[in-house]
This record gives sequence, structure tokens and C-alpha cells, in this order.
Amino acid sequence: MHKILEKKLLRPPDVFFYKVSAPQVAAKAKAGQFVIIRLHEKGERIPLSLAGIDPAGGTISLIVMAVGKTTGEMAALKEGDEIRDVCGPLGNPTHTENAGRVILAGGGFGIAPLYPIGKAFREAGSRVVSVMGARSKSLLIYEKEMRDISDKVLITTDDGSAGMKGIITDALKGELESCGADTVMAVGPAPMMKAVCEATRPFGVKTIVSLNAIMIDGTGMCGGCRVRIGDKTKFACIDGPDFDGHLVDWDGLINRQKMYKAEEKESFEAWKKRHNLS
Amino acid sequence: MAEEKKPKKLNPKRTAVQEQDPALRRRNFEEVSLGYSAEEAVLEASRCLGCRNKPCVAGCPVSVPIPEFIAAMVSGDFAEAYRIIRSANVLPAVCGRVCPQENQCEGACTLGKKHEPVAIGRLERFCADWRMKNGARAVPEPAAPTGMKVAVVGSGPSGITCAYDLARLGHKVTMLEALHEPGGVLFYGIPEFRLPKKIVTAEIDTLRQMGVQIMTNAVAGKIITLEEIMGRFDACFIGVGAGLPRFMGIPGEDLNGVYSANEFLTRTNLMRGYLFPEYDTPIRTGKRVAVIGGGNVAMDSARTAMRLGADEVTLVYRRSEAELPARAEEVHHGKEEGLRFEMCTLPTKIIGEDGWVKAIECVRMELCEMDQSGRRRPNPMAGSEFEIPVDTVIMAIGTGANPLLTGTATGLVLNRGYIQADPETGKTSIPGVYAGGDIVTGAATVISAMGAGRKAARAIHEYLSSMKR
Ligand SMILES: Cc1cc2nc3c(=O)[nH]c(=O)nc-3n(C[C@H](O)[C@H](O)[C@H](O)COP(=O)(O)OP(=O)(O)OC[C@H]3O[C@@H](n4cnc5c(N)ncnc54)[C@H](O)[C@@H]3O)c2cc1C
Ligand SMILES: Cc1cc2nc3c(=O)[nH]c(=O)nc-3n(C[C@H](O)[C@H](O)[C@H](O)COP(=O)(O)OP(=O)(O)OC[C@H]3O[C@@H](n4cnc5c(N)ncnc54)[C@H](O)[C@@H]3O)c2cc1C
Ligand code: FES
Repeated sequence: MHKILEKKLLRPPDVFFYKVSAPQVAAKAKAGQFVIIRLHEKGERIPLSLAGIDPAGGTISLIVMAVGKTTGEMAALKEGDEIRDVCGPLGNPTHTENAGRVILAGGGFGIAPLYPIGKAFREAGSRVVSVMGARSKSLLIYEKEMRDISDKVLITTDDGSAGMKGIITDALKGELESCGADTVMAVGPAPMMKAVCEATRPFGVKTIVSLNAIMIDGTGMCGGCRVRIGDKTKFACIDGPDFDGHLVDWDGLINRQKMYKAEEKESFEAWKKRHNLS
Repeated sequence: MAEEKKPKKLNPKRTAVQEQDPALRRRNFEEVSLGYSAEEAVLEASRCLGCRNKPCVAGCPVSVPIPEFIAAMVSGDFAEAYRIIRSANVLPAVCGRVCPQENQCEGACTLGKKHEPVAIGRLERFCADWRMKNGARAVPEPAAPTGMKVAVVGSGPSGITCAYDLARLGHKVTMLEALHEPGGVLFYGIPEFRLPKKIVTAEIDTLRQMGVQIMTNAVAGKIITLEEIMGRFDACFIGVGAGLPRFMGIPGEDLNGVYSANEFLTRTNLMRGYLFPEYDTPIRTGKRVAVIGGGNVAMDSARTAMRLGADEVTLVYRRSEAELPARAEEVHHGKEEGLRFEMCTLPTKIIGEDGWVKAIECVRMELCEMDQSGRRRPNPMAGSEFEIPVDTVIMAIGTGANPLLTGTATGLVLNRGYIQADPETGKTSIPGVYAGGDIVTGAATVISAMGAGRKAARAIHEYLSSMKR
């Protein structure tokens, strides 16, 4: 059992921040790794990136977007409630050594893991530029935190209400043209990471992505998280989650993420009905 | 036993066991075999000749004193029969159900030369079930604490047996299990209809009552390295299994609707996907399912797909039916439940439409000369390609060694990913570190994993005793 020590609404209506007691995970975790949680006896196992790691305090932080049954149930939890299972740290830490000038591109909940990753890059001596995108100013999350660990922050909003008007790849391309970079790291929804990779390809800059394939065990036992990387099949949970974005079969990944769409909907609707939510 | 008279008229056939009607059971997850009644058990036990040379014992990987326990059953003393089995086998309720008896004890039975062999597996199961129904479970009294601490990594049959023996000897055992539920393949792999999960849970409870501390969600190699384990414990047993699923490497394997058997069975058993949406984890079968492979894992997947509501389930295997490695009983049960068998058939391609599986393309194989394994080598026949229309394909073609722990263990000598260990003691290249089960042998059997756990426990005990001196 893992107690939720802190919970706050980060971005209305559906993005939440959680600080959870998990001393053993916190003692070992590194930036870029994730945990798999199960809320209760009948729950499913879902992977969540580590948005913060505090070994001294024995806690981990999670940033979760409520998109379905399990994340919706999590949104209904309160401080003091408990999460039944927290398994981790899983996956390999992001390689943050000798990266030179690094651009971090985050979309959606992807900002969450980028905070510890950026911090680790900085501590390893890199210069960090963060590029954050959202539909509008009110939807931006973690801006202050990202400023703390970045040498430069570029913001784009679809409506121009903050930073530059446009999408994240516009700002990224501009930055690559003007200043260049040694490494780009992108975390977010698969279509966003795919777009980043297409944007960086002409520049020939190494682009690392953190893949969010559907997972169950996270230990390499089921193969459900398999992704095509170049001409090889890899398991995102044990070989990743970081991969060379220019080698990822994005359409394959995006297709596999849809495998349970019908069931996810059924499960979420039934849950909302039981709880009189709509 | 010498005084035990041979029955006057020996029944050449084994006593039949009650089973759920195939037409019903193919759609439910309740156990297939209902087990013997006490009368049936005694009747079957009395078929044992009590022969001198006991080939059955030699055929049993853990040398259960078979004629002795059967003799106790004949005299109606089921408690004693159970005690005798348990002296050699920690998991009789499991082994009675899943051991490939036809290759082991029953395969060697003297009676089997002329008639049907004694149904030793069913008798073993009866004793274990009888014990569970009648009175308290046997929780052995551990020896006085030795003050020694041992870590057991993995909670499959090898880890359970090793932990049990070490705890009994008075050592303090901590078990680390990566998943949220202990039991290994017994929990996540072998389906409910063959091995009810309450049996596995009861065995795990016994360990807890003996003082074994079980830490779930603990992935060794991630949360703790082998080096750190050896810093905190006096010895370690590694029984992490061989759970890395293989794929064939044919086109279309990443389509939606293609599962590894491990994923398919894990979703069903560990996550209880068959109770979706009461339980949150979904599983998909569609109407037509092809299962690739011919072992127990393939049979379990195929029969699970049937129970999840598939109309047609086809087992695709590249050799002939005689060579199916699955337990004979499972093949028989699968047939009764209406599985289709496409033998001597090799899939060459999975055909998709809009990202989903639509069909599987296969070729026929002809069996040629013997290969190294002593089986005839299958070769594709030119021009024999054909398609089977399916919604789901389940790959059950074997597993490899999982690198999570071994990949982070410096100094641990591996052999193609598997841990190199002495077959008699489980000793590895690192002092104090022992290993056994599928991570040493590759995918094998429950009983061989248990045997390895027991041998390692003995060796660990000797190692710890010598350390103390
Ligand atoms: C390595 C990794 C890190 C992740 N980190 C975060 C994070 O920090 N914050 C966050 O909000 N989300 C994160 N996700 C995604 C998160 O796991 C899914 O949003 C969650 O599983 C959805 O569950 P649900 O029941 O609420 O929604 P569902 O209705 O079940 O699904 C909604 C969407 O989530 C995806 N999804 C469903 N089940 C899984 C699963 N078991 N594994 C992965 N994806 C799934 C589906 O493709 C679907 O598009 C991460 C995923 C991975 C693989
Ligand atoms: C579907 C299926 C059906 C089978 N049917 C039969 C049958 O009928 N008869 C028979 O005799 N055999 C059968 N087998 C084979 C038998 O189950 C195995 O040989 C046996 O379970 C191996 O035992 P083990 O102790 O080596 O490991 P496993 O049972 O594989 O258990 C290993 C455990 O270690 C855990 N683990 C792995 N890595 C780590 C880590 N890094 N840290 C912590 N924990 C870890 C795993 O999660 C798992 O729980 C079947 C196997 C399968 C998959
Ligand atoms: S999640 Fe099962 S192998 Fe990666």
C-alpha cells in the first residue's frame, strides 16, 4: 500500500499531480524511468512516468492525465488514500551523459518525465532548452518547474495566448536553425513525438523519444509492449522506454495503442455510470 | 507393503475420473477434472502391484515414495498417504494436476507394460485435496532460528520449494517477486480450469505462516541488484523463470490481434481479463483464433480462447500430432472441447487489414529425416501455401531467458542468457548465489523446477552451516 501524501489539480479539468510514498522506488529511481501501478484488487496495471524522485523524503511524484477508467479513478482519489501496488523503477534511465546542447520537447503529460530528465541533463553539464506546447496559456503545465531546470524556455500556444503562436515543431525548427543542438529529447503522445522526429530528421540531430506502448507487467514477460525499431522488435519496458526516434515505426505504435479502444470506452462509461459522472 | 495382496482380478483399465462435460466446460473456467471420490481413489490405489523395483519412483524427478503412499491409501489412511507424498514434494495439489505423468512415474509403471498404468497423478491429487478439505493445512514447525538470511528471487515452483525447505531449516527467508501476485507461472500462466488459483494461494499462505516474508512488486535488478542482495543476505537463490516470449519473426506480428501466449494468459489469469469489465483489464479473442505451437502453453492458450467465447480455435503445429509436446491429457481434453488441429503446418505470414489481423498464411510441412532432437525434421512443401481466416493469433513458440536480473549481475556466468549452475547443487559462479528452474534449464516442468529448488536449498544450508563454523 502506498499513501498519496499530496494531490493537486495541475491543469483543469483533468491533469493531476500526486506525491506518493514509495521509499524503495525513490531510493533507486533515475530520470526517465517509470512505475506500474494498480489501484485496487480488480484494477489494471498502468505505467506512469516518474515526474519527481525524492530519495530523502521516500516519495515519487506522478503527473497523470485522466483519460480513461483507471486514470479517472485515480483522479477521484484524495490525499491520504492508498494505491495498492507501485512497481518500479522500471525501464532504463535516460542517458544524460555528454549530451552537449539539449532541446527538450514536451507535449501533454510528457512534460512530467521531462522535468527530472532535464534536471539530470543539467547536472551532467548539458545546456538545456525546453520547448513546451499547449492549445492555450491556461493549458500549460509545469512552466515554473521547467524554467528552474532550463537555460532557455520556448513556449508555443495554438492561439498565441502565451509565447509564440503556433505548434511545438515550429519553435523547435526555429531553434535548430538558429542555434542547433546535439540532442533532442521528446516525450508526449505518439503523434506529437512522431512530428518532432519528422521535424528533426532534416537536421540530422539525434532525437530520443520515450515510448508509451500499452504495457502489463513491465518486466519483459508478456511482449505486449513490443515496438519496431529499425528492423528489430524491441520491448518498450525493458529495452526502452527511450529509443532513437528516427528508427521508430510510429504508425505501428499508434495502431497498437488503439488495440483496446472499444473495451476502454466500455469500461470507462460503465464506471462513470456507476458514479453518476458524465 | 509386502503383505499387501495383489487384487484377485486386476482391472486392466484405470479407474475413470469424473470430468465436467466438454460441451459445458469449453465455455467456463471451472476445473475440468473433478477428481476421484474416496471410493474411486481406493479402487485405483488397489491396482498398484507394489512391485519390488519401484520404477515409478525412479521416474519421479523428486523421488516421491509412490508405492508407500499408495499402500497407505489402500488401507484408507489418507492423512498418512499425504504425509508420505509431502515428505518429498512440497506442492502435491499442483503436481497431481500438471505433471506430465505419462513421461514420468506413470510412464515407468510396471503395470503399464501390459495394461494401463496406475493413475498416480490422480491419486496424488486426491490426497492433497483430501488434506485441504479435512482439517488444518500442514504447516511444518520450522527449526530453531539460525540467524542466517536468504533471499529467494522469483516465486515460481523453484522459489517456493527452496523457500519452504530453507524456512523449515530455520533460516530467515525473504522472497522477492516482480509481479503483484506470487506463484510464477502457476499463477499467471497455467489457467484456472487446470489449476485453480486458490490452490496456489494456499501454498503461498503456508510459506507466510512459516515466516517467509514475501515482497511483491519487487523487481530484482531494478529495485535491488544481485550485489546489494549479497550485501544484505547471507545467500541467494535465483528462480526467475524463462519468461521472455519469442516471436517467429514473420511479417504481420505487430498487428493488433497478435498476442504472445504469455500476454494472452497473463491478461486472463493474473489480471482476470475473463471477468472484464468487473475486472479492469481487457482481453480480445474475436471469433476465430489460431494458436501457433504444440506445447502446454499452446494448449492452455487455445483452450482459454475457447472459454473466452471463440467459435473456432485452431492449433497450428509444424510437426505431427504424435510429436505434440503437450501433456497427453491436455491434448485429449482439448480435442473433446472442439479444438481444430492443423498439424505439419508452418505459418509464414500474418495478413492484416486496417491494422488488425485478418488471416494467417501457412505452408504444409513434410517430415524428413531425424534431427538432433531425435524427432523428424519438418520441411516446407513448395506450393502448399494456404490461408486460415482469423481475428486473433497467439504465438506459443517458446520463451527465452529474461535479462532483467542477469543483465545487471556482474560476475554471474551465463550461457546464452541462462544462468550457468551446477545441476546437483544449483551453485553459480558467485559464492553464495544459487539458481534453479527455467532460468537454468530453459522452459521445462513444474516438478523439475521444484527439484532444483530443493537441491539448491540443501546446498545453501550446507554453505550457511560451513560459514557459521
Ligand atoms: C512508459 C509509459 C509512461 C507513461 N507515463 C504517463 C504519465 O506520466 N502520465 C500519464 O497521464 N500517462 C502516462 N502514460 C499513459 C498511461 O499509462 C495511460 O494513459 C493509462 O494507462 C490510461 O489508462 P486508463 O484506464 O485511464 O485509460 P484507457 O481508457 O484504458 O486508455 C486511454 C489511453 O491510454 C492508453 N493505455 C491504456 N492502457 C494502457 C497501458 N496499460 N499502458 C499504456 N498505455 C495504455 C490507450 O492506448 C489509450 O489511448 C504512460 C504510458 C507509458 C507506457
Ligand atoms: C502456460 C504454461 C503452461 C504450463 N504447463 C505446465 C504443465 O502442465 N506441467 C508442467 O510440469 N509444467 C508446465 N509449464 C512449465 C512450468 O510452469 C515451468 O517450467 C515452471 O513454472 C518453472 O518454474 P520456475 O520456478 O523456474 O519459474 P516461474 O514459474 O517462471 O516463476 C518465476 C517467477 O519469477 C518472477 N521474476 C522474474 N524476474 C524477476 C526479477 N527480476 N525479480 C523478481 N522476480 C522475478 C516472475 O515474475 C515469476 O513469478 C507450463 C508453463 C506455462 C507458461
Ligand atoms: S509490458 Fe510486458 S513485456 Fe513489456
